Amino acid sequence: MAQVTNRLTPFFENITFDREDNEVILNFGPQHPSAHGQLRLMLHLQQEQIVKAHPDVGYLHRGMEKMAENMIYNEFLPTTDRMDYIASSSNNYGFALAVEKLIGVEVPRRAKVIRMMLLEINRLMSHLFWLATTALDIGAMTIFLYAFREREYLMDIIEGYCGARLTHSAIRIGGVPLDIQDSFIAQLKDFLGKLPQNIKDYEDLLDSNRIWRMRMEEVGVIPTDMALSWGCTGPMLRASGVAWDIRKEEPYELYDEVEFNVPYSDKGDNFARYRIYMEEMRESAKILYQTIDMYNECVKNGETELMAHAPKYISAPKLDIMTQNYSLMQHFVLVTQGMRPPVGEVYVATESPKGELGFYINSQGGPYPYRLKMRAPSFWHTGILTDLLPGHYIPDVVSIIGTTNIVFGEVDR
Amino acid sequence: MRAYTPKNDVQKKAYYTDRYYVAPQVPKEKVENDEVFAADLEAIKAKFEVKEAYIQVEQLVIYINPHDIYGVLELMRDELEYTQLSEMSAIDWLAKDGTFEIFYQMLSMTKRKRIRVKYFIKEGEAVDSVEKLFRSADWAEREMFDMFGIEANGHPFMKRILMPYDWQGFPLRKSYPLQGDEFAAWYEVDKIYGKEARDLIGPEIRDTARVDRYDSERFARLGHEVPKGTEITGDEPKNEQPYQEEGGVFLVKKFNKESSKVIDDPQR
Repeated sequence: MAQVTNRLTPFFENITFDREDNEVILNFGPQHPSAHGQLRLMLHLQQEQIVKAHPDVGYLHRGMEKMAENMIYNEFLPTTDRMDYIASSSNNYGFALAVEKLIGVEVPRRAKVIRMMLLEINRLMSHLFWLATTALDIGAMTIFLYAFREREYLMDIIEGYCGARLTHSAIRIGGVPLDIQDSFIAQLKDFLGKLPQNIKDYEDLLDSNRIWRMRMEEVGVIPTDMALSWGCTGPMLRASGVAWDIRKEEPYELYDEVEFNVPYSDKGDNFARYRIYMEEMRESAKILYQTIDMYNECVKNGETELMAHAPKYISAPKLDIMTQNYSLMQHFVLVTQGMRPPVGEVYVATESPKGELGFYINSQGGPYPYRLKMRAPSFWHTGILTDLLPGHYIPDVVSIIGTTNIVFGEVDR
Repeated sequence: MRAYTPKNDVQKKAYYTDRYYVAPQVPKEKVENDEVFAADLEAIKAKFEVKEAYIQVEQLVIYINPHDIYGVLELMRDELEYTQLSEMSAIDWLAKDGTFEIFYQMLSMTKRKRIRVKYFIKEGEAVDSVEKLFRSADWAEREMFDMFGIEANGHPFMKRILMPYDWQGFPLRKSYPLQGDEFAAWYEVDKIYGKEARDLIGPEIRDTARVDRYDSERFARLGHEVPKGTEITGDEPKNEQPYQEEGGVFLVKKFNKESSKVIDDPQR
């Protein structure tokens, strides 16, 4: 709180338009650089004020749900990478967890710890990316460069683990395919050691920045009932006064064994969301430190299993496949025909960096899901723009889209 | 004669299923096993007819009558603290019995519980919109209409959301092929140039790995370079490319047939 700021009074030139009511319809997107993807907004304007907003999506629609109905379960997993491509492991995880619940397998502890590491690294990557792009939209170029630098370290760690930087497919149904590489923990510790100072640097640049505060404070206020009604989750909901984090409330993996706080705010504006993203990065770092200890404990206890043992659904470890005939046969069937989960349905929600990522799977006992519905948080965070934007001014549109943290791979699926 | 394939379900099918294979079931538990769910179910049962209720994978599933949906969700929101509609969509059972199954995924943040409310409608019937209760249903119902063609009564803006407004067909129905139908294949051509241009433009090439070796306009001919646009009929001279510069490169050895060993004994 270095400076007390006043909101600048906007100045309009006296422009008259042909229409009697002076309403202008502005077509924003679908190729607008600060729309974070293919978002088309039709904005009805009274001078610079928005009176009606109509978000139009679907420019990245690839029909993933249709594809899922024609793919075996393991085949579909890499497709989930393309939903929220900023943090693709969290999508892999959401899908893998849903299938695991359906077939009823328990993942070995070591795999759980590795999964948590990957999930939190993805959360950090996503939040850093959010900070970078939003700050760039607002005009803070420096932050963009800093945050991308840090994100690069994380992508290097992930690249060392699975070979990919964006589309990881690093979490599989039943566990993880690989153990972490030797340098993983050293690299991660190195990164985490620098992270507090980095976050402090960002905050020094932004928290007392007059322009940043003017663009963020009391802009895009989402009241609690509106956030609930629109199905907002994740940081969007927590900024509106509901401390709801699925990791805390419906813990999956080993989130009930780690200690972390759920930051929330009752302001509901852009600045509150920004603060929550920053605090969540700190909490993720806290979780990562604890997972490193948990991993070392697993190593000490000699827990080497990385995939669940469920021969009906999941291939045996590579060593068994190469040495034992029955494992090879099983593997062959699972690869060519695919696993056949039991008849039933499941809805599993996980806390992805953007909010509640849910997978609804209806299985009819066949190798292909009968119906798969992906509940992507960004879909509703885009929908809320309909109610949120009216009353705001054009420059606010950019900062509001920024803080909703929508990614269109997920909206359109 | 061509084998008969049902037209109302053209999705991929397992090519082999053991004739004695009986698919196992995801276990369904009794509602009484969970007291929170049991209380909620009682409250709903007091006012509305519940056809079936069970717990599957930690979530309560209830089947109700289609016309009760607004009332049930209103009761759940106002009295049972299910304040969020996480998701709603449909499942296509047209091939089986001509119905759609609609599901609403509800979340209570105070009770940390999730309930799935479901009902069946026949093809051509509309559902009651719950957009007045949950704004999230606005987009969810539009998506359901877009994908299945199920309209919602009382929805303020019942238009397609993901597909173009002038699209024909409903992509997530089982009768809609994965590759799209004829309308989908010619959508851009018909719209921009008109139907008569179909022959001129030709079908979209979907094979991403397709290489036309006689096309010197669009394909680089590695090892057989010719000037762009040259007509090639197929009898072009073979242009051998030396793969290693004279004198060799560090670590890379030129393959020498004379000094290499040929393993011709497969048993070796």
